[in-house]
Amino acid sequence: MNFRRITALVKKESRQVVRDPSSILIAFVLPVILLFVFGYGINLDAAKINIGLALEERGADGDRLAAAFINSEFLNVRTAADRRELIPEMDAGHIRGIVVIPVGFSTRAAFESDSAVIQVITDGSEPNTASFVYNYSMGIWRAWLSQYAVEKGIEIKMPIETEPRFLFNPELKSRYFLLPGSIAIIMTLIGTMLTSLVVAREWERGTMEAMMAKPVTVTEIILGKLIPYFILGMGSMAMCVAVSVYFYDVPFRGSFVVLAVVSAVFLIASLGQGLLISTLARNQFVAAQIALITAFLPAFMLSGFIFEISSMPPLIRGLTYVFAARYFVADLQTLFLAGNVWGLLITNTAAISLIAAVFFIIIRIKTKKTLD
Amino acid sequence: MLTPLAEVTNLTKRFSPDSPPALDNISLKISSGQITGLVGPDGAGKTTLMRHLVGLLHSDSGAVSVLGMDTVSSAPAIREHVGYMPQKFGLYEDLTVQENLNLYADLCGLTKEKRIGSFRRLLEFTSLSEFTSRLAGRLSGGMKQKLGLACALLGEPRLLLLDEPSVGVDPISRRELWKMVQELLDGGMGVVWSTSYLDEAEKCDRVILLNEGKTLFEGKPAELLTEMRNRVFVLYGADAGDKRSVLTDLLNKDEVSDGIIQGSGIRIALRKGAHMPDMADCLRAEPVSPCFEDGFIDRLGGGPGGHSPLADIINEKPDSDGSVIEAKGLTKQFGDFTAVKDNSFSIKRGEIFGLLGPNGAGKSTTFKMMCGLLQPTSGSAEIMGLDLKTAGSEARSKIGYMAQKFSLYGNLSVRQNLSFFAGVYCLNKAEAGRAADEMTNVFDLGSYIDTNADTLPLGFKQRLALACSVMHSPDVLFLDEPTSGVDPVTRREFWNHINSMVKKGVTVMVTTHFMDEAEYCDRIGLIYRGENIASGTPDQLKASAVTESLTSPSLEDAFIELINRSEAGRTQ
Repeated sequence: MNFRRITALVKKESRQVVRDPSSILIAFVLPVILLFVFGYGINLDAAKINIGLALEERGADGDRLAAAFINSEFLNVRTAADRRELIPEMDAGHIRGIVVIPVGFSTRAAFESDSAVIQVITDGSEPNTASFVYNYSMGIWRAWLSQYAVEKGIEIKMPIETEPRFLFNPELKSRYFLLPGSIAIIMTLIGTMLTSLVVAREWERGTMEAMMAKPVTVTEIILGKLIPYFILGMGSMAMCVAVSVYFYDVPFRGSFVVLAVVSAVFLIASLGQGLLISTLARNQFVAAQIALITAFLPAFMLSGFIFEISSMPPLIRGLTYVFAARYFVADLQTLFLAGNVWGLLITNTAAISLIAAVFFIIIRIKTKKTLD
Repeated sequence: MLTPLAEVTNLTKRFSPDSPPALDNISLKISSGQITGLVGPDGAGKTTLMRHLVGLLHSDSGAVSVLGMDTVSSAPAIREHVGYMPQKFGLYEDLTVQENLNLYADLCGLTKEKRIGSFRRLLEFTSLSEFTSRLAGRLSGGMKQKLGLACALLGEPRLLLLDEPSVGVDPISRRELWKMVQELLDGGMGVVWSTSYLDEAEKCDRVILLNEGKTLFEGKPAELLTEMRNRVFVLYGADAGDKRSVLTDLLNKDEVSDGIIQGSGIRIALRKGAHMPDMADCLRAEPVSPCFEDGFIDRLGGGPGGHSPLADIINEKPDSDGSVIEAKGLTKQFGDFTAVKDNSFSIKRGEIFGLLGPNGAGKSTTFKMMCGLLQPTSGSAEIMGLDLKTAGSEARSKIGYMAQKFSLYGNLSVRQNLSFFAGVYCLNKAEAGRAADEMTNVFDLGSYIDTNADTLPLGFKQRLALACSVMHSPDVLFLDEPTSGVDPVTRREFWNHINSMVKKGVTVMVTTHFMDEAEYCDRIGLIYRGENIASGTPDQLKASAVTESLTSPSLEDAFIELINRSEAGRTQ
């Protein structure tokens, strides 16, 4: 290994990064766009859902319950005298659920208050929203019920009172776990996609051949690629963290040093994968395809970033274990929202290191300094 | 004899077990202070051999040694002494000239003190001193080639390997590079220059002629030429409209091993020991000095003969007195840049017209406007009286177009390619089937009918590409650098087909920077900086370039002279 040759290669690569708009785009512009999309665009919270309220009976009690629905800060309520008026609205997707205050509601309330039932019809095509509608409606109904009981001086036998408390993300803001997760996506893009593309480009343009005919070793060529993209990836990561914490106010409860270490390990695994792809694919199109399928899409869909791993079918859940992104997303969400949970961080980071080691061993075996 | 710089003994290399070997039992020696030409058509094995010399490929059997060291076991040590310029020059296009030099200097381990001197010398040598801060991607082809050479020369190699340095570079730059490389020899450097241009071979000190992985000849170029002495003649006196028929007749005679059209003359080579055949009285034969290509063809056992079965199926094109192809004041601007300026020419029925010019001169742009692929900014392009602007699709149905590098669908079989192109030309099912069958017979594609186009031998690719562009029996044929890199035998076969079509009245327009190809043309338009700076028959162009120092210029000489004159006219 010759230090000057490595420096020369790193310098060359860095110049190319600076001059190539697509590298800058992937490393700095794309992250900002992604953060913007995940920060504002994608929102898994149910803010202000449109529902319909069918007041099939008008009475003082029913009206008060209706008022409670209308005043709810989570719901946009459209009222009607009959549920049949609301069904077409639901079919058209304008409302996500219908709450029916049925005939006889007030009578039942007066007779035995907890038998005063309402009907909640939800749109099952969007299960997430449907359960929000159900839960909100139940909450409002219970609140009405207990207030009614207090006023009438009667005691209602509630089966069990639940008092939920959400740890780590009390406001249940999806942004809080999406933004840390998106850092994994961005680092996969830089580590795997960008790296495999730039190596494939060298094959395409014939510069790799010129390089190999010089007294340069394989290790030097690999390091010459790794170092610049490692720095680029870490820089991009720092930017993402800063934007998440200072601009989007995502809490950060862990240690920045640990974050840096974990990210570095993940980035090395990503770079390893990128280099491995480039030893297999010597043109940019194929490299991009492989990187997309083996790195980017799994990081998106199989990492627990958006879709929860525990709710995946067993086979797919098993598959997630081979992708480093899975461990990294968990690490990131932990560091941001929970803090330094050593047990989890160490296990996950060890798993990432193992994956990285496998990549580099294969690279070492596969890369020969010939064109065969 | 000096101890050789590099030695190859019985080298054999296969890329896959069931394909023919890329290199078949090759042995050669490379000496210092000489240019060794590695000559042969595309696919001959030149690049494969070069890569073995720097240890980038390992042989299946046989040994390769450079400076007495084995290229497999001592590759790193060898690379310290070998400069290698791969095809496309191996430059980083997004780095400047200076940055490219710095990078390669670092990789060669050149110290700070040493490199200042090296850089100055190399930049002066390549005349790139003024362009050190320009990005390599913005250099012209010739300048890239020089920079590639400079990078390969860093570290003062003892053996310099240049892989097709003259591809995509115009004749002027080719000559400059040749001169530069010759200067290097005085220092005792050994140079290997690979090329598919056979005319470059004659200038080498030693030549290794490769074809399909086998050595056809190794030795001094003159030795090959000696064999051909007194066997090559140019026949004059054939009528312009008649010369193609005369050539066909000659090629069918046993005495004649090879023949091509050369301007108004017909150049033929006789078989060893054969006498001049009987021919029409009007022809007179003048002996000429043989060229390398004559030797190449002879080694392969002669040219392909003169008969083209294509002639039997092409229908006679209607007579017309006017011009079949006409360009009137054709101009194309891309933004501020004028790619083609006021270009006018007209081509008659049954004529071959060539557009000749260096890279970037605007010949491809002109060509694309003529076949309706680009809209002219002003002026008009007409095919058989139909304006491509207004009657585009009707005009285009009369055109056959063969693009550079054949542009076949590589992963479709021969049959599928034919049926696809039949569909493109809107032949109905019966016609398409008949046309495909005819093409298969004419071009002898039957044995490859289910082979993918990618894996066809080069000669068959060429045939298939031509088949695909003529299956609808076009009146007009456009050929874009149809035979660059193709071996001379295949090239002759190709021109036999073209000649037979021309005899039936098909009009042909060719772009090329290949001088041999230009010689087949009846008339040539020389394009430079977007303008038609000279036009006429090949002989007229040669005559117009006669100077005191050059009394009988070749077409390449004429090309360079006319461009230099045009340059001189601009600067005044």
